[in-house]
Amino acid sequence: MDLATVIQLLDSTLRLATPLLLACLAGLFSERAGIFDIGLEGKMLAAAFFSAAVAAMTGNVWIGLLAGTAASLALAALHGLASITFRGNQLISGVAINFLASGLTVLIGQTWFQLGGRTPSLEGAARFQEITLPLAGVLEPVPVIGPLYANVLSGHTILVYVGLLAVPATWYVLFRTRFGLRLRAVGENPGAVDTAGVSVVGLRFSAVLICGLLCGLAGAYLATGLSAGFVKEMSAGRGFIALAALIFAKWRPWYALAACLLFGLLEALGNRFQSLEVLGVTLPTQFMQALPYILTVVILAGFVGKAIPPRAGGAAYVKER
Amino acid sequence: MDTMPRWADIALIPLINLTLALLVSALVIALIGENPAQAMGVMIRGAVGSAYGWGYTLYYATNFIFTGLAVAVAFHARLFNIGGEGQAALGGLGVAIVCLSVPWPHWTLALPAAVLGGALFGAAWAAIPAWLQATRGSHIVITTIMFNFIASALLVYLLVNVLKVPGSMAPETARFPEGARLPSAYDWGAWMGFGRSAPLNVAFFVALACCVAVWVLIWKTRLGYEIRAFGQSEAAAKYAGIRPVRTIMITMLISGGLAGLMAVNAVQGEAERLVIDSVQGAGFVGIAVALMGRSHPLGVLLAALLFGALYQGGAELEFEMPAISREMIVVIQALVILFTGALDNMVRGPVEGLFRRRRKGAT
Repeated sequence: MDLATVIQLLDSTLRLATPLLLACLAGLFSERAGIFDIGLEGKMLAAAFFSAAVAAMTGNVWIGLLAGTAASLALAALHGLASITFRGNQLISGVAINFLASGLTVLIGQTWFQLGGRTPSLEGAARFQEITLPLAGVLEPVPVIGPLYANVLSGHTILVYVGLLAVPATWYVLFRTRFGLRLRAVGENPGAVDTAGVSVVGLRFSAVLICGLLCGLAGAYLATGLSAGFVKEMSAGRGFIALAALIFAKWRPWYALAACLLFGLLEALGNRFQSLEVLGVTLPTQFMQALPYILTVVILAGFVGKAIPPRAGGAAYVKER
Repeated sequence: MDTMPRWADIALIPLINLTLALLVSALVIALIGENPAQAMGVMIRGAVGSAYGWGYTLYYATNFIFTGLAVAVAFHARLFNIGGEGQAALGGLGVAIVCLSVPWPHWTLALPAAVLGGALFGAAWAAIPAWLQATRGSHIVITTIMFNFIASALLVYLLVNVLKVPGSMAPETARFPEGARLPSAYDWGAWMGFGRSAPLNVAFFVALACCVAVWVLIWKTRLGYEIRAFGQSEAAAKYAGIRPVRTIMITMLISGGLAGLMAVNAVQGEAERLVIDSVQGAGFVGIAVALMGRSHPLGVLLAALLFGALYQGGAELEFEMPAISREMIVVIQALVILFTGALDNMVRGPVEGLFRRRRKGAT
């Protein structure tokens, strides 16, 4: 493998890791507050559709982003209503949201565009354009660092950088602010938070809505950054890979970045090579596709560092009467 | 303290939930500019208005009985088996291996063998998540989701590289031998008007037998008692001498086995070969079916019939009203899961309040 191939691989790794990263951080907020969310996939899909559809109609990707995020937030609010307000089963609610998004996007897409569930392909201002970071041209001749900066880090759409910046932002919010402390507490021991006079319902709803916002960005990136338009089921299990990355990272932001980059690399490798020769063993693409899930099961099994979820995760909080 | 009579709990609330789901579905149809009443008419006529429709409705229902029972059995032990999709896919592999490895002389021999093969492979695929839940505490929902994806990748690999007929382009196995062909509805039910095209086959009766067997298991055997006791309270079950690891393992093996049996209907009965994605979402429909059926075999049977009708009616709907695409079924399914599963308390609260007030008025 020569340097140019490596650079290309790393470039597409970053591209493919971004939707995973945004969705993974979305899940991080929700699960740290004690709300399991297996509906990341559905929220991403809904956001992808509405961002592409509105961008196609208005010709403006920013309005599209707004619409996509609004759709994701609406589903997040539904999840909150079901699992916080009515204390329903969070997993079942997530399953319902995934189906709802998968059905509605195609149904509405067919009604609006008559393209079998696709949106028209986006071009020009209806898509996010690639940004060249400052000094990319100047630094390019510098060995190793130059090409890495100019060809891997530079030249992505704005949402890639938003995703990267969201990592320190998430870390800061969760571990350095009062809101973050309370949010983590509500995922571990909601009773204690309630005793301290802080609203459990309010905190959990804000976590679920932040999750909706980030899933919205992830979905919008899929349809208007990574591709040029929406196609049926385009999230293709990424919401679940993000969930896997979240467990792999043991619910911590910086590790989430590492896990998403790893899973992004696996996807990039799978896209580029039909099969891969490692230490004399030929690995088929299907193995690489399954690898994120296999790794997650191994981590969950606790043989290689145990993944312990937030203690109050999955349980509705019932106030003492 | 019982706030509600039993009939309200097992019949009234699911009916209200279902009505709400259908009302919202009607709203969705109205919003995309079509007539909900007309759509409903097309669906009902398409699903149950002819022997042709019934041939498909009961075929789909057979799949959903298997996957619904799988989820229901696990629910009794308070385990959420979301991996029916993967377990049924592996069941397909088991059925295909059984059907292809022996030149079956007659279906009466091939059927029990395929039942065994499907159940064994499905159970095996549930075994690892079950074992991890029982001994390592790994959340079974997450592990079974992961195993769905692993199963899908595994089957694609096997079909493309191992099981494909040499020289053929299509990633599918060879056609099963004639002796493994299950009698279709046309063979035994032509007098009821079933045509040659009906995919309904004898696996339907296997599904009915499974309903009875699950009912006996859950309510009439010691094992069923242990499963229910474990689901009600793990601590109390342990105190009563019920072994948690054993209970989780057995429950999940039965659950996975039931999901695997779906392949007898879909792979052996209908496709007569193993194709990519032979399950087609039936594993997930099982969740909706088990929720609607309150995890009771009779409820599962009724809910599976309803969803079978929904699937067949939805196919007709796309045919007759092209503006409504097939995905409408997925939307209805989502709304049923949402209202009967996640938003159950929204209905339960007010209904309970109503009964409490009535009782107070009476005394």
